[in-house]
Amino acid sequence: MSASNLDQIFILIKNWLVAFLPQFWQPIAGAILGAVAIIAVYPTLFALAVLMERKGLGRMQNRYGPNRVGPFGILQPVADGIKALIKEDVVPFRADAAVHFLAPILLVVVVFMSLAVLPMGRNLVLVDMDSGLLFFFAMGAAVELSVFMAGWSSRNKYSLLGAMRAVAQMISYEVVLLLSSVAVVMISGSLSLVKIVEAQNHYIGILPNWYVFTPWGLAGFVMFVIASTAETNRSPFDLPEGESEIVAGYFTEYSGFKFALFFLGEYVEMFGVAGLGTTLFLGGWTAPLSVLAVVPSWIWFFAKVELWICFFIWMRGTLPRLRQDQLMSFAWKFALPFTLLNLMVTALWRFMGEGWERWVVCSAILIGAYVLMGRVGMHKGQIGPRRYRYAE
Amino acid sequence: MSFAFYIVSVLAVGGALAAVLLKNTVHCALALTVALAGLALLFLNLDAQFAGFAQILVYIGAVAILIVFAILLTRGSEVPKDGVYSPNWAIGIVIAAAVFSVLGWAVLQSAWILPHDAVVPAVTVHDIGVALVGRYVLPLEIVALLLTAATIGAVIVAMHEKDGAQ
Amino acid sequence: MLGEGIMKGLMETAKNFAGSYVSKERLTTVQYPEERVVPAEAARVFPFLVYDGSDWQAGLRCVACQICEKECPPKCIYIDKSADKKPDAVGKVQFYPARFDIDISVCMSCQICVEVCPFEAIKMDTQFELATDDRFGGLLLDREQLAKSNEYYHHIHAAEAGEVDARLAAERAAYEAKAKAAAEAAAAKAAAAKDAPPAPKPPTGAPPSPPAPASDGGVD
Repeated sequence: MSASNLDQIFILIKNWLVAFLPQFWQPIAGAILGAVAIIAVYPTLFALAVLMERKGLGRMQNRYGPNRVGPFGILQPVADGIKALIKEDVVPFRADAAVHFLAPILLVVVVFMSLAVLPMGRNLVLVDMDSGLLFFFAMGAAVELSVFMAGWSSRNKYSLLGAMRAVAQMISYEVVLLLSSVAVVMISGSLSLVKIVEAQNHYIGILPNWYVFTPWGLAGFVMFVIASTAETNRSPFDLPEGESEIVAGYFTEYSGFKFALFFLGEYVEMFGVAGLGTTLFLGGWTAPLSVLAVVPSWIWFFAKVELWICFFIWMRGTLPRLRQDQLMSFAWKFALPFTLLNLMVTALWRFMGEGWERWVVCSAILIGAYVLMGRVGMHKGQIGPRRYRYAE
Repeated sequence: MSFAFYIVSVLAVGGALAAVLLKNTVHCALALTVALAGLALLFLNLDAQFAGFAQILVYIGAVAILIVFAILLTRGSEVPKDGVYSPNWAIGIVIAAAVFSVLGWAVLQSAWILPHDAVVPAVTVHDIGVALVGRYVLPLEIVALLLTAATIGAVIVAMHEKDGAQ
Repeated sequence: MLGEGIMKGLMETAKNFAGSYVSKERLTTVQYPEERVVPAEAARVFPFLVYDGSDWQAGLRCVACQICEKECPPKCIYIDKSADKKPDAVGKVQFYPARFDIDISVCMSCQICVEVCPFEAIKMDTQFELATDDRFGGLLLDREQLAKSNEYYHHIHAAEAGEVDARLAAERAAYEAKAKAAAEAAAAKAAAAKDAPPAPKPPTGAPPSPPAPASDGGVD
């Protein structure tokens, strides 16, 4: 099997399967097959990611992760799944049953829909939309709604508090996420994710043309990583679901399979936002060096997504949780101005034309702004007598 | 009028009806969200991708959340003791019917003018962008001014709290 | 600079992660129950009774003095003295406990019984896997369960056992020397009494000679 056949193997399989049906049903069958493939692959990746997280966190904390269930604990996600399925589904008596039921469903539906626009390989995108990026962010907005529904329907003060905090955090960092993506859209000239990857598919010599290797791309990438960690409520931004603060926040009252659905939704959202970041900044399914293009494109895409997930897990094992006011002030006082500046630097990059000057100027502006804002921010955080602000 | 249009319109109308008829205010807000999602789907049905996704992003992602926050931070989340229907519901229906007839007349008047099988130009995001900074640059700048004023106001409100505590 | 602390933290956890595959210091987990941690020299859990030799009843050092029973703060030791006597670790003939129970659900491992025992008879064990499903008698250890050999004591607390053995050996030597001296003195006295002619009637006013000092019996 040649390299390009292996690259397109899923498309070839789909075409072969769909050819059995009459002409009228073929497009619908193709779409359904693609959707089924996504729904089959991502929960498997979720199981692997959960296992990787527990074992990775364990190793970072000088201990083994789970290692009793299978060889090296491989069957632990199976055990977790069985446990989640057979647990009693407790719905509080005064909880709003309909909304309580719909919240995890909405979450899972929306995050799976958002996976439809990610180009996972050459020609391997379920729906090639003209404004695919906007679709992805629209689905992210619906996630906030589902979080709020979960928190409010539990009729629990802590859940409501957790939901409010989660929604506030997600809205703030969504702005940062959007603005850092707009820089990429400016340079590549299209909202379609397929075209964005195509724009990064060139090689200068053997080095790739990924946006992360440009000054504005690197700044945008760092902001995107931070914002995506906050969007998916991962450590260090996991105050809304902090176990030691508000007892799992907005999904306190969920048990059994609904909790597993929330967990699944959160991890698949992590995959989705990692996939988006890969597409925007790390070149999607393109290989790092042009000589490595023989390896199939979907392997590169999933490898890069797995690297993101590993980085998320690494951050979770390292950083302490941020307090609500700390993360909000970080979003509005540092991340947003820096991202706006990044937008302007991107525009400068675009209009300065090719050459080494634009590298120097853009890098200088960004590094200078980072150091300046860092100094201003750090001065505010001097250890001294604390001043409290009370509600009037 | 395709099959999809009927399904989506049932969703939108059903959501709107639920938004006014339900007792629990937060349920009404969520039903309004469903109605807005139906509107977005109608936009997508007409191939206006940007408008549809912007509708979801802005209305469902921000406006609906704002409405829900407003309900929660006030006493709106309690179920009112003496029913949700106002005593003047007949006048309400009359006014709603009047507005509907005016809008329907306007739409139908314009629908007569368009030929039935006109080719709808495919409006891409690129075209919208070009129009925004070309023909409609003045509204864009006015909206930008409005946004700046809102941001400055938010900053002043936040700063004012800090000074007050000292 | 902003972000420096985060970088340092990330490097530290990366070192932990990578090091956990190569060095024992970065992966200190002990896979219980397949592996066990070697208890420290001074580890203590619950008391046990030491016996010398191979017969636990004959070699039991405890003389049922009941000092540990009186000193135990939660009163978890129950002792009944025997009716007869047997030689103890030093060689003296003493009582021994007919019943010696410790309730380990009450014992708080304070080691006071060990500190006050004059006979080096009760010491602290390191065994902790004592859980049982017998609610009513399973946690009341009787004399047979508590009696463990001196070799076992050497095994768990080597330095301490060495010291105890040295002390007991010294005491035994001192006791035997005294016993031999007393026996020689008694034999000499018996021989002198047998050899001497019948003594004349002693004067009534003279006080009789003071008797020879008896050997130091009893508690030392």
